[in-house]
Amino acid sequence: MTRLSGNGFDVTADLLEDMARGAAFLGAGGGGDPYLGAMTALHAIQTYGAPHCVPASAIGDDDPVYTAAMMGAPTVMVEKLTGIEEVEAAIAALERVMGKPAKAILPAEIGGLNALVPVAVAAKRGLPLIDADGMGRAFPELQMVTFAVDGVSTSPLAVCNEHGEYHVINARNNKASEDAARRLVIEMGAAVGVSCYPMDGATAKRSAVHGTLSLAYGIGKAISDGRRRGDPFDSLIAYLKSTDYYNKCGIIFSGKVVDLDRRTERGFTLGACKILSNEGDGSELEVIYQNEYLRARVGDRTLAIVPDLTCILDAETAEPITTEGLRYGQRVKVMGVSCAPVMRSKAALDLFGPRAFGLDEPFRPVEDLIVAA
Amino acid sequence: MRIGVDVGGTNTDAALMDGDAVVATTKTATTRDVSSGVVSAISAVLAEKGQSPASIDVVMIGTTHFTNAMVERRGLARVAVIRLCLPATRSLPPMIDWPADIAEIIGSDVYLAKGGYEFDGRKINDLDPDELRGIVADIKRKGVPNIAISSVFAPLNAEMEQRAAEIVREVYPEARVTLSYEIGRVGLLERENATIINAALADLAVDVVEAFRNALRELRISAPLYISQNDGTLMSAEMVERYPVLTFASGPTNSMRGAAFLSKAKDAIVVDIGGTTTDVGVLVGGFPRQASSRVEIGGVRTNFRMPDVLSIGVGGGSLISDKDGVKVGPKSVGYRLTEEALVFGGKTLTASDIVVAAGAVEMGDPSLVRDLDPSLVEAARALINQKVNEAIDRVKTSAAKAPVILVGGGAVLVTGDLPAASEVIRPEHSSVANAIGAAIAQVGGEIDKVYDFNALGREAALDIARGEARDRAIEAGADPSTIAIVHVEEIPLAYLPGAVRVNVKAVGDLHATKAQRMKGAAAE
Repeated sequence: MTRLSGNGFDVTADLLEDMARGAAFLGAGGGGDPYLGAMTALHAIQTYGAPHCVPASAIGDDDPVYTAAMMGAPTVMVEKLTGIEEVEAAIAALERVMGKPAKAILPAEIGGLNALVPVAVAAKRGLPLIDADGMGRAFPELQMVTFAVDGVSTSPLAVCNEHGEYHVINARNNKASEDAARRLVIEMGAAVGVSCYPMDGATAKRSAVHGTLSLAYGIGKAISDGRRRGDPFDSLIAYLKSTDYYNKCGIIFSGKVVDLDRRTERGFTLGACKILSNEGDGSELEVIYQNEYLRARVGDRTLAIVPDLTCILDAETAEPITTEGLRYGQRVKVMGVSCAPVMRSKAALDLFGPRAFGLDEPFRPVEDLIVAA
Repeated sequence: MRIGVDVGGTNTDAALMDGDAVVATTKTATTRDVSSGVVSAISAVLAEKGQSPASIDVVMIGTTHFTNAMVERRGLARVAVIRLCLPATRSLPPMIDWPADIAEIIGSDVYLAKGGYEFDGRKINDLDPDELRGIVADIKRKGVPNIAISSVFAPLNAEMEQRAAEIVREVYPEARVTLSYEIGRVGLLERENATIINAALADLAVDVVEAFRNALRELRISAPLYISQNDGTLMSAEMVERYPVLTFASGPTNSMRGAAFLSKAKDAIVVDIGGTTTDVGVLVGGFPRQASSRVEIGGVRTNFRMPDVLSIGVGGGSLISDKDGVKVGPKSVGYRLTEEALVFGGKTLTASDIVVAAGAVEMGDPSLVRDLDPSLVEAARALINQKVNEAIDRVKTSAAKAPVILVGGGAVLVTGDLPAASEVIRPEHSSVANAIGAAIAQVGGEIDKVYDFNALGREAALDIARGEARDRAIEAGADPSTIAIVHVEEIPLAYLPGAVRVNVKAVGDLHATKAQRMKGAAAE
């Protein structure tokens, strides 16, 4: 990346399209529409200038660090467009509770919409943006982050709506925070700003997944460069193999979407989609999801399973397809991609491994599954 | 009898129909003034069977004129935009995502005002009439008479947008207002974009509709005029003056509806081969399958329902090259086919020349392609066929073969078997399928709203939705006794127990045609 100048880079407007596409890829089917995030960031950069993105190592150990995100129902967020004012006000509420003003902004979730929200907030606040997040992908619940694996508490957590009305939650554990926040979010209009896991610089260095904003940009750029040359998948895979986290990857299936089952339960989009192989051998891949794609399987043979990423991409353009964007007849390629190694520890798998999603099978790394297949 | 006309970028086609019978068809060149092309097309079909203008009961016109205006950035007016939203949505003001060239034409008179609704119908804020009066006075001072108004969750409740329109009428009576709830669906930025596009087309719409009316006047046809909209149903000329943006996807829809009518097939794949592209779509129950994703028009995102059409660069004018293996398209000589193709004495080897050389079609002067290398001709012919077959295979939803309807002027390019097809139907009059699609169209009404199933009960909520769609169809001119509900879709909203977005579409026969048919029957 040309803008890397020793210690970080400016997130300028021309990076946003690729960053959003990479964020959509890392969303693994979920995470909300990065387009809205990109537009919000664009407007903020045009108004306040480009924020400076730095590695966590550039932040002082005692510097207070706050996360910045939007939370709500994707179907509401496309209509009542959440603003950075709401996110900013949630951060301000936490700053008051903690008694420490922010020295840096930290993304919580690099997959989807919330990759770009911190860019906008950092631009508006004039604060450094840390090149890291809490999962290196997207997950459906607040407690599914590496911060929590490391013992950082979700609360105090603040949610704020467009009126500047906010609630600060202090709950007995992270799951209770998630439940309380979810109830409040609906009451407050189902599209709000949120900040949680307040921490210091030393904690961010220890518990975050590092370099993920740069990686999102790199992934998006690899897809668009490849598209111009006519080989988006080769380009994407070559790039992923050069990264520290996503280097075990491959196309695990190519085919056409032939069946879709999608329902909403407990506030999640749940379901499964079946993809019929292009090989003409009649084999079908089943991908199940809860907001994000969780597992890809042919018969009873698993080819990729959470927290490794299962990504469904348009077979021609390599454009990432979300669970909402899936439809009958789409020609797709399905990729299995390794998650960051820190996401595969025993403690991490307890929080967001297969069993945390009710899947009765152990985690097996995608590299073993692809080789076995 | 009725006349369907398709005014495309290149050709203006017309079809004269009597009930279900196609009486006469013609293909003429589109003219710059639009009107004279329509006159010559209609004159031609009337003359062919010696029909008088008085025998025409209704005229239906499909046109890509407004789409082309948007894509080519011509005839667009400056627009003032008012969004009822504050204090929400401030971070993403209207037109944030528009390409600079078009944003410059539309201007930057953008106002955010108090108002809007929550997903569950609560108000984000009360509308402030004084605030709005101030905004409209400012717009009036700037002299921008085309105004687009949007409100958060307007598809759920249109009251605030309607109240804002009243205030505009009060303060700036000569302004033309477009309200977002009448244009699009849930998705504020996309719906608002379509609303702004509509307001920008307002002046052009008056001119184009006037051109159509002039054409009918010149022909001494006094029958009512209807124009095709996105979903293949009709709207009155007066409606088009107010909502030109609703005509945007009518071209492919008319072609597919025409193909369904001509072939009598309800479930099939339609392959429309033109001069530059081949458009492949799927008919389900006689209607085009809709695309689910957002659609960009002239670089602006909208969320119209558009037919799900796959376009590939193969058409009658496609260039053929044989450097590093034979290639077809995507470049095309387009409407210059009759000047540039070899068979017409030109210097460019096109797909049309290949099928003539292969002896599959007679067109132009076959002797001009007699010396082409037979192996090149065969390779190119096979490649064209293969590309069309692949496109069919890509749009199919199951591995099973499906019937394929070939339409459009370039349908002759298909010269061999299509392994993806169970049968290939080449209906009569297929080169004017667009005009026929316009002539057979019905009128419809659609609603897209969020209902609370917990409060209302699912059945009661769906009944309300069906009733509203019916009412809209009747408003549009449908005979109530012929109305059928053709589409019901329920999408539960994540996080919100009981909240379900419901989309219902109702269609019925046009009052005028039914009345005329009855009159005809009585006369017999």
